[in-house]
Amino acid sequence: MTESFTTLTGTAVPLLRNNIDTDAILPSRFLTRINETGKEGFGGFLFGDWRYEKDEKTPKPDFVLNAPHYSDAKILLARDNFGCGSSREHAVWALKGFGIRCVIAPSFGEIFFNNCFKNMVLPLVLDQASIEAISAQIAEGQREVSVDLKAQTVTAPDGTTYTFEIDAARKDALLKGLDAIGVTLDGWDQIKAWQDTDRAKRPWNYLD
Amino acid sequence: MSPPRTLFQKIWDDHEIRDFGNGYSLLHVDRDIMHDLLGSLVFEPLDKRGMKMPNPELHFATMDHGIETEFGRTDETKIAGGKAGVQGLRRKCEEYGITLFDLGDDRQGIVHVFAPEQGIALPGSTLICGDSHTSTIGGLGVLAWGVGLTEIEHVLATQTIVAQKPKTMRITFEGNVAPGVTAKDMILYTIGQLGANAGNGHVVEYAGEAVRALSIEARLTMANMSIEMAARYGMIAADDTTFEYLKGRPFSPKGEQWDQAVAYWRTLPTDDGAVFDREEIIDATKIGPMITWGTSPQDVIGVDGYVPDPIKAGDADKKAYLERALAYTGLTPGAAIEDTPIDVAFIGSCTNARISDLRAAASILKGRKVANGIQAWCVPGSGLVKKEAEAEGLDKIFKDAGFEWREPGCSMCVSLGGDKFKQGGRAISSTNRNFENRQGVGVRTHLASPEMVAAAAVTGKITDIRKLAS
Repeated sequence: MTESFTTLTGTAVPLLRNNIDTDAILPSRFLTRINETGKEGFGGFLFGDWRYEKDEKTPKPDFVLNAPHYSDAKILLARDNFGCGSSREHAVWALKGFGIRCVIAPSFGEIFFNNCFKNMVLPLVLDQASIEAISAQIAEGQREVSVDLKAQTVTAPDGTTYTFEIDAARKDALLKGLDAIGVTLDGWDQIKAWQDTDRAKRPWNYLD
Repeated sequence: MSPPRTLFQKIWDDHEIRDFGNGYSLLHVDRDIMHDLLGSLVFEPLDKRGMKMPNPELHFATMDHGIETEFGRTDETKIAGGKAGVQGLRRKCEEYGITLFDLGDDRQGIVHVFAPEQGIALPGSTLICGDSHTSTIGGLGVLAWGVGLTEIEHVLATQTIVAQKPKTMRITFEGNVAPGVTAKDMILYTIGQLGANAGNGHVVEYAGEAVRALSIEARLTMANMSIEMAARYGMIAADDTTFEYLKGRPFSPKGEQWDQAVAYWRTLPTDDGAVFDREEIIDATKIGPMITWGTSPQDVIGVDGYVPDPIKAGDADKKAYLERALAYTGLTPGAAIEDTPIDVAFIGSCTNARISDLRAAASILKGRKVANGIQAWCVPGSGLVKKEAEAEGLDKIFKDAGFEWREPGCSMCVSLGGDKFKQGGRAISSTNRNFENRQGVGVRTHLASPEMVAAAAVTGKITDIRKLAS
């Protein structure tokens, strides 16, 4: 995997609700489409039940992502516990498929948070007051937000810069786009040696 | 003497292959359980590398998420791509030598039901699964957590996972629950008290007399919903109840290894004096039969309680939250929740579809009939649960009452589409999520214990189980 995440500038869309779950981000009935479309085919189903009428085609006019000026959104602003619920990585694939590469929220569902990093999507933790301030500018029509991962900054439409925290390991993985399996397999001898020692202690664990 | 440690810390220490020194460790994964939603895709990195799995014997698979639960089912699914998932997983299990409990096998069932049932999940082990309710298995004293597909790819290829060490939280239940109060009520009450985001970043250990008194199946129910308060892991220390449950199960240790395992397992409970990052106390005596009124598991009240009124909300945010939830569930602010008419009653899922759940529901249904116009389903958690229930005649009680008795699977808990309720109906459900549209577009879900679901099915409305049982 050569893909990485460094900087991002684009339209930001506020969806200011708490506890937006992965069922809302990608309704479960679309999950098995993966066998037809692959991981890339989910953008059209993003927020399926909020975005479309029951025919699954007609856009609901009052849903924020259906506004023409958000059709190219790259950044999503939300509230606490974004991505809670189901472990479906498809939720991240749906965001990414739509074009969203960064979600800014005060906290995230943990499995979703983890899944984002595996797909070079940045779940960016920012306090609610800053998110509200950025969203207020967006509501007035200034919608461009920039994220600089290396500098750990978010720049609001009016030029205000906010810094954010991210742990060094996750930051590094995004900047470099490492092949996690390859890295672990490079240390296979250590894993094998650990198993040999553990086998003596917990022989029942190995089922062989 | 080494410092006192928590149950979690002991398991973490005994599985840490490498400490990266930055809050992350490489952990050994003792067990991985897979389902049809993963299909063949999760094997792609192995295929591309042309490599074998290092330990295929530590992986197990079944079909549960996308399959139909009607009798006479085949690989065909009503949803697009479901069949490809089933057949893809089957093909890959054969190719890589993974034990599969396939359709038609009695051991087929919901991942979190078959893993304890088969003795695959053992105390003190690590277990991952591509499903957020993997926390269920923590009820056996396992460090078990849900992961995404990319993390499973890593486990298949390396038998390890890179994990960030969570903070620890202990929830202690003080006192005993009233008779008839279930583990489902205990966990719903807890989530209501602490909130849907309370466990974020934490591993939760449940403790106290009322927890120790729970059967293993009830402990699995409690741990199951840890994720509904944002805790990826929920654990209950293994004890004699656990060992008794596991002894003699197909994949449990045997003979000398059993004794050795039990001796090791007895060293794992949290030491006296071990420090948790967060401690919460729940007064177990205050818990009654619970029911949700909103669109998050934290939106829960006693069945004798009242729907919250947005006008009385302290702040604008809370008011907007209540208004949105009530707009979806269509309840009247301030009204008693009891006697709210329902359209659907569902008993199933990894939360409450084990034999004890079915027995409890059947005890309510015996000699009674489902109210007119109610769609009522029972979906056993596994083929073995179903078989056991049928041997006891429970299926007859369900069917005589007017329930549909179906084949095992996730069914209307995950609602991939094959199984469907009436659109927009009001459902009372023994499942774990009352999210908007979770059980079908527009379906309004009320979470409750299987007993409460059975009671509502009979009366056609939300009913205080204590009134029906007496």
